[in-house]
Amino acid sequence: MRPRNVLVVGVGGQGVLLASNVLAAVCLRRGFDVKKSEVKGMAQRGGAVVSFLRYGEAVYSPLVERGHADLVVSLEWAEALRWAPYLRPGGVLAVDLVQILPPAAQLDHRTWRVAYPAVEVDRLREAGWDVRPYEASRQAADLGDVRMANVVLLGAVSRELEFTVEEWEEAIREVVPRKAVEPNLRAFHAGRALPVASVFPAPRPQAAPRRFRVEVTAGWCKGRGCGICVRVCPEDVLAFGPDDKAAAVDPDRCTGCQLCQLLCPDFAVVVREEVAALG
Amino acid sequence: MDTKVRERARVALLTGNEAIARGAYEAGVAVATGYPGTPSTEILEFLSTLPGVYVEWSTNEKVALDVAAGASMGGVRALCTMKHVGLNVASDTFLVASYTGVRGGLVVVSADDPGMHSSQNEQDNRLYAKFAAVPLLEPSDSQEAKTFTELAFELSEEFDTPVLLRTTTRISHTRGVVEVGSRRTVPPRPFQRDPAKYVMLPAHARQRRPKVLERVRRLAEVAARPEFLRVELRDPSVGVVTAGVCYGLVREVLPEASVLKLGMSYPLPVEAVREFASRVRRVLVVEELEPFLEEGLRAAGLPVEGKAFFPQQGELTPELVRQGFVRAGLLPEQPPTFAGSLPTAPRPPVLCAGCPHTGPFVALRKLGAVACGDIGCYTLGALEPLRAMDSCLAMGSSIGMATGLALAGTAPGPVVAVIGDSTFLHAGLPALVDAVYKQANITVLILDNGTTAMTGGQPHPSTGTFIRGDPAPRVDLAGLCKAMGVEFVRVVDPYDLGATFVALEEAVRYPGVSVVITNRPCVEAPVKVRDEPFRVVLERCTACQLCMELGCPALVWTGETYEGRPKVTIRVDACTGCTLCAQVCPADAIVRVGEGWGRE
Repeated sequence: MRPRNVLVVGVGGQGVLLASNVLAAVCLRRGFDVKKSEVKGMAQRGGAVVSFLRYGEAVYSPLVERGHADLVVSLEWAEALRWAPYLRPGGVLAVDLVQILPPAAQLDHRTWRVAYPAVEVDRLREAGWDVRPYEASRQAADLGDVRMANVVLLGAVSRELEFTVEEWEEAIREVVPRKAVEPNLRAFHAGRALPVASVFPAPRPQAAPRRFRVEVTAGWCKGRGCGICVRVCPEDVLAFGPDDKAAAVDPDRCTGCQLCQLLCPDFAVVVREEVAALG
Repeated sequence: MDTKVRERARVALLTGNEAIARGAYEAGVAVATGYPGTPSTEILEFLSTLPGVYVEWSTNEKVALDVAAGASMGGVRALCTMKHVGLNVASDTFLVASYTGVRGGLVVVSADDPGMHSSQNEQDNRLYAKFAAVPLLEPSDSQEAKTFTELAFELSEEFDTPVLLRTTTRISHTRGVVEVGSRRTVPPRPFQRDPAKYVMLPAHARQRRPKVLERVRRLAEVAARPEFLRVELRDPSVGVVTAGVCYGLVREVLPEASVLKLGMSYPLPVEAVREFASRVRRVLVVEELEPFLEEGLRAAGLPVEGKAFFPQQGELTPELVRQGFVRAGLLPEQPPTFAGSLPTAPRPPVLCAGCPHTGPFVALRKLGAVACGDIGCYTLGALEPLRAMDSCLAMGSSIGMATGLALAGTAPGPVVAVIGDSTFLHAGLPALVDAVYKQANITVLILDNGTTAMTGGQPHPSTGTFIRGDPAPRVDLAGLCKAMGVEFVRVVDPYDLGATFVALEEAVRYPGVSVVITNRPCVEAPVKVRDEPFRVVLERCTACQLCMELGCPALVWTGETYEGRPKVTIRVDACTGCTLCAQVCPADAIVRVGEGWGRE
């Protein structure tokens, strides 16, 4: 038997490792050779997490080669897109439709563009993969704890794999902390009954960018003796100039929130919107 | 493996690190020391779950190796673990311990991190084995990690030498099937005074040096023993010499190739490789990072090829090994199964929701400080949107670099060294004494979260516990700084943004060395700290983005806007209730989940 190649992926804190530990335990119970590899440490701090799992009669490499995965289990939408290219043609992608926006996707305060991919399931299917989107997080929340989305999704995926329900249950009992076993068994069975989703989240509306300018009346500004506007500006537009008065040193970053104008005790700061000239 | 044997043996699914711990345990190790560092940390953590072994986290790797060397001198088996850069710290001891040799077996584990998953460089510590003239074992999976650890103790005692066991991230963190046995009883060898062996005066060291060189010659024969060397003759047209994780990659990508797998990669069993080379038409070396085996074999006159096809940087993957064999003309070029590209989201690691380091970084940025950083979670403070760190070099470097930067006199703002509690105890103390001695005009910000957080929450001397959780004496950091001569020492709650800003503002104004210590525990390790979470009253949110400047992963933009800017909401399941966003919100739009507000 050629080893089976599985990736379990998601965001740090979602329980990727627990899910792959359950899968590894079920493989070991069957007497397979198993190798399961992941990276810990800094990579886990809210970052993308991947667990490679391979099982079969004899497994040598701990890593799955790109284009050779039989199954990718993704606990999050954008992570599914990151790892889907590891699938072989016809490979199964089981994905929770939950979307977790990372801070790094929300840094563009000029255009407010969210660096996060839209949910386009058909686009993935066109690439030749067998895509199974699930509302696993929603199901887990209905069960009372969204953190069990990993085991819900595992339940849905378990229908694709060669192991019996009893073997899965034993593996869950072995891996999950004792007091969480019963809820997780319920989550697993809810996952086994979970239908493939056919309604997908709508694309995110795009905020409209506007341009602003900050003006400081130096004669009214107390400068370093006050500093309220400099400290409060979310974008660090304002800083103290050579004359020790507040000045817009990075004017292009202004988003027009007007905190400086509203909080200046001396009415020295005004924020104006730049409007394109007519005609 | 014989099926019957496997049925009788107990098998477990262990990571390489757990297997090393298990191997040391079964080999009768008595004392195990180390300093946490990815990917080595779990060795001691796993060992601390097993009975009958003294396991400790030391303040740094050099202290750890000194303690282990002392235990070895005392006649018991000792294990010392660290990540690759840890061996730089311990190298002072390591290179001389090669001369003194051992009494009880001494095994040093270096877990290297090719690809820098969680490291500041990707040095290849196999070079240290050659540098120190000690045997180097490289396991290729969890089973070998256990077996080689046991063999390492035997070798150490047989050849009177420390043994370097080197893993890489993919060995340390890969789970594989391991046969588990029981612990052997190894009685201590009696202590003997032996100054000529243990007191490294020049006269004594000159006597030891020839023994070291002779030892390397004898060890080259050991490297050819079947427990270390595996020769698999298949296709005679190509032979691959490899070791460690690369063995598995080669077997997967080029299963028909003949393979010589080294278990001991220093000293090299040159004659065995020569014999192998004579049986194949062409010899390739597949190894990560430096051309260590390749150069060793070439120096012995073997015409091997390696780095011409395989990269010197980063971790080898099945794809890279395949590409290498394609380049070498051994495999046909294959088109990728998926040639397109998919959009995804940038997801670098970030400071966790509720991280007590966030507030101090906001304050540092607002002070216009130039921050010399250090090694730990807080290095992430360099990234958007906090962007409050200007350097990060090595453990403890922040304070010395800040001193130098202040001496340079060119910094555009106050110079602040930012260092964690564990890193401060690891290598910050000598630098702080130096700064006091020089009267450097710097502020040292000690982000004390009571644990070694980056590696998962290991205790250290100011935590108040030992590795097994029992209570320990607690070093008081503020008292320590005062005792070292720092006159300005403030302790501040980093969840109080105002107080943190004021404390830092006073500290940077103070002429000379000032120290500010924060006092909130890590919210993730060793225990999860959770308070009632917050939510955003959307009709109050003016989308000013002040909260988004915290970089908190629990804060996300909504589809709603205010004057064209996206309003913000909180992922309640991710919020720890730290209050920072509520403190900065000028519209008072952020309230506890259970609280109503205004018209609601």
